[in-house]
Amino acid sequence: MLKIENLHVSVGDKPILKGINLQVKAGEIHAIMGPNGSGKSTLSHVLSGKAGYEITQGSITYQGKDLTEMPPEIRAREGIFLAFQYPVEIPGVSNIYLLKAALNAVRKHHGQPEVDAMDFLTLVKHKVKLLEMDEKFLYRAVNEGFSGGEKKRNEILQMAILEPKLCILDETDSGLDIDALKVVADGVNSLRSPDRSFVMITHYQRLLDYIKPDFVHVLAHGQIVKSGGPELALELEEKGYSWLEGQVAA
Amino acid sequence: MSTVTTSRYVTEYDAIAAKLPGQNLPWLQQLRKDALARFSANGFPSPREEEWRYTNVSAIEKKLFSPVLGFVSHPNLQTVDADWLKSQQLEDAWSVVLVNGHFSIDHSKLDGLPEDISIMSIADALVGAKNFSPLLETYLGRAVNIAEHSLIAFNTAWFTDGVFVYVPAKQVLAKPIQLLNIVTEADAMATTRNLVIVAENAEAQVIETFAGLNDAYLTATVTEVFVDQNAQLTLYKLQTESEKAYHFGGTYVKQAKDARFTHHNFAFGGLLARCDIHTELDQASECELNGLYLGVKRQHLDNHTRINHLKPHAISREMYKGVLDDRARGVFQGRVIVAEDAQKTDSLMNNRNLLLSNEAEADTKPQLEIYADDVKCGHGVTVGQLDEKSIFYLQSRCVDEETARNMLTFAFANEMVDKIKIKSLHDKVLEQVLARFPQEGVEKDWL
Ligand SMILES: Nc1ncnc2c1ncn2[C@@H]1O[C@H](COP(=O)(O)OP(=O)(O)OP(=O)(O)O)[C@@H](O)[C@H]1O
Ligand SMILES: [Mg+2]
Repeated sequence: MLKIENLHVSVGDKPILKGINLQVKAGEIHAIMGPNGSGKSTLSHVLSGKAGYEITQGSITYQGKDLTEMPPEIRAREGIFLAFQYPVEIPGVSNIYLLKAALNAVRKHHGQPEVDAMDFLTLVKHKVKLLEMDEKFLYRAVNEGFSGGEKKRNEILQMAILEPKLCILDETDSGLDIDALKVVADGVNSLRSPDRSFVMITHYQRLLDYIKPDFVHVLAHGQIVKSGGPELALELEEKGYSWLEGQVAA
Repeated sequence: MSTVTTSRYVTEYDAIAAKLPGQNLPWLQQLRKDALARFSANGFPSPREEEWRYTNVSAIEKKLFSPVLGFVSHPNLQTVDADWLKSQQLEDAWSVVLVNGHFSIDHSKLDGLPEDISIMSIADALVGAKNFSPLLETYLGRAVNIAEHSLIAFNTAWFTDGVFVYVPAKQVLAKPIQLLNIVTEADAMATTRNLVIVAENAEAQVIETFAGLNDAYLTATVTEVFVDQNAQLTLYKLQTESEKAYHFGGTYVKQAKDARFTHHNFAFGGLLARCDIHTELDQASECELNGLYLGVKRQHLDNHTRINHLKPHAISREMYKGVLDDRARGVFQGRVIVAEDAQKTDSLMNNRNLLLSNEAEADTKPQLEIYADDVKCGHGVTVGQLDEKSIFYLQSRCVDEETARNMLTFAFANEMVDKIKIKSLHDKVLEQVLARFPQEGVEKDWL
């Protein structure tokens, strides 16, 4: 599904990612952990096509296609979804309007007709219920005045409606209370399927208790310094990152 | 400053003076004479004047517009598409129509208007209808002086008609009043003077709309407004003049103690449009000034506001937004003056401009003049482009960049449309904004 090879990324003159290698196959769940400022969000932004990052070396292949030349909306329509660490507030654009615009853009991209108004409402209301949200959120401006947790939940609502192929969750768990974490995790689990993959960026084992990863990677100083199974996350929880620092230069 | 054209306007004046309303009234004769003298001496405003430095009116100096006189039943109105006229009239309002600067009773809809509320031609009121003449003598020229600027003098000398609205004490109007101004002739000048009085504890909503056929013409209108003690007036202005038209419109307000005045100013039309909104606040009165100007092509849209806090405890809120595309230019000059006496003033002024093209321009100039020491006054202005983070967020949600920009621009403008409380007007303004920034597949109640 996704193949990242020797990816080097700079912002301005500052190198941030320094040779990332990562392969995500269909149906897999990968967790990425790592200290603050190590480049996790940068990686997620580069995957979704945000401007301002320069790929100085390496390649990103998604479903056999070179991703780097694709504009962000085409990536999204092709099935890449980023749940933002800091979702953006869009005053004056209602949630439901964006959801419909997004869904229709995907459908058009795949040569499908626009969604029927009634079907759309039924779908949206079903997903709202799944995420235990109030329907009122649909008619509010996107993320405007939402609490931190509400924003995160709203990201997952969008994801649930768009049904992407590659879901990148950037610290979706931070800011969620214990009950909300469970609801969101259930929402994510309900989307699991053999042809859908997840990359979850997180600092905490707690999320991984609910959504069990197949692989755990540690990103430090712009490189993946260690990869392992779910047990690696437990080890990190116990020991922190310092024992891995020595491996950075290697 | 006095140019050939200025003097042509002045020379022509003698020929038309006798046909202007109220010539039998010595006080008005004097007022017009003084105004003419002022205009003759000063000509049209010059960019050398601080209040006119961003707006050059030489175009109306070069061209000679002529008043349409002797309105009885206007022949040209028959050539105006009845559907077009109807589309300009709001369903849920009492409406009066001013055609080329003249009140047209034939096209007005005033059925069901309570008897003690007066909405009439100012020319009729001047000649004594309902004995309003003494009231007019007291109020006309009191909210704005001919010394304010020479277009006020021009309007005072030349006005052919206008609307007089009187809402007596304690009356709460069930429906809004629409003053629909249309111009149907090329090179015409529509010089109207309106007077709106909302007496103690009364409440009213008035909508001024301006539209015209696709000609070059000049609208020079002045509305004086008096909101008496504890009364409330919401005034809307929807300016959709023809794209070749010149529009100069001023609204001058005096608010008594505890009076509330809200103004919503939508400037969409005209080649060159200038709007002045001035208000004076007495003790504990409140005003809210909202504005939205959308400029395209080579439009020049100028908005001037002046809020004069004269007495303590008054509140003023102001939000003007501009969206400028192509080579359009928007101007906002907002003055807030807080007199020495006006302690505990609470004032906030904002102007936000969105530039959609590299050649568009926004000039914004907030001015605070504060002579009291215990006040809360804030202001903020911005001139900028759409937020890149927001565009990327929408793109990451499958929306292409152009659509994303369109969604964000519409949302920016719609904030001001959303403030309209009258449904028919709201829908009409929304329609105009949607025509500029179409939103696909959206339901009206999602906006
Ligand atoms: N636009 C930018 N300009 C300069 N530096 C940047 C920019 N964007 C990111 N960085 C830097 O790149 C590094 C990686 O940032 P990034 O947000 O990817 O970290 P992160 O791993 O997601 O951290 P956290 O766990 O705190 O979310 C940081 O040092 C950050 O300051
Ligand atoms: Mg991050």
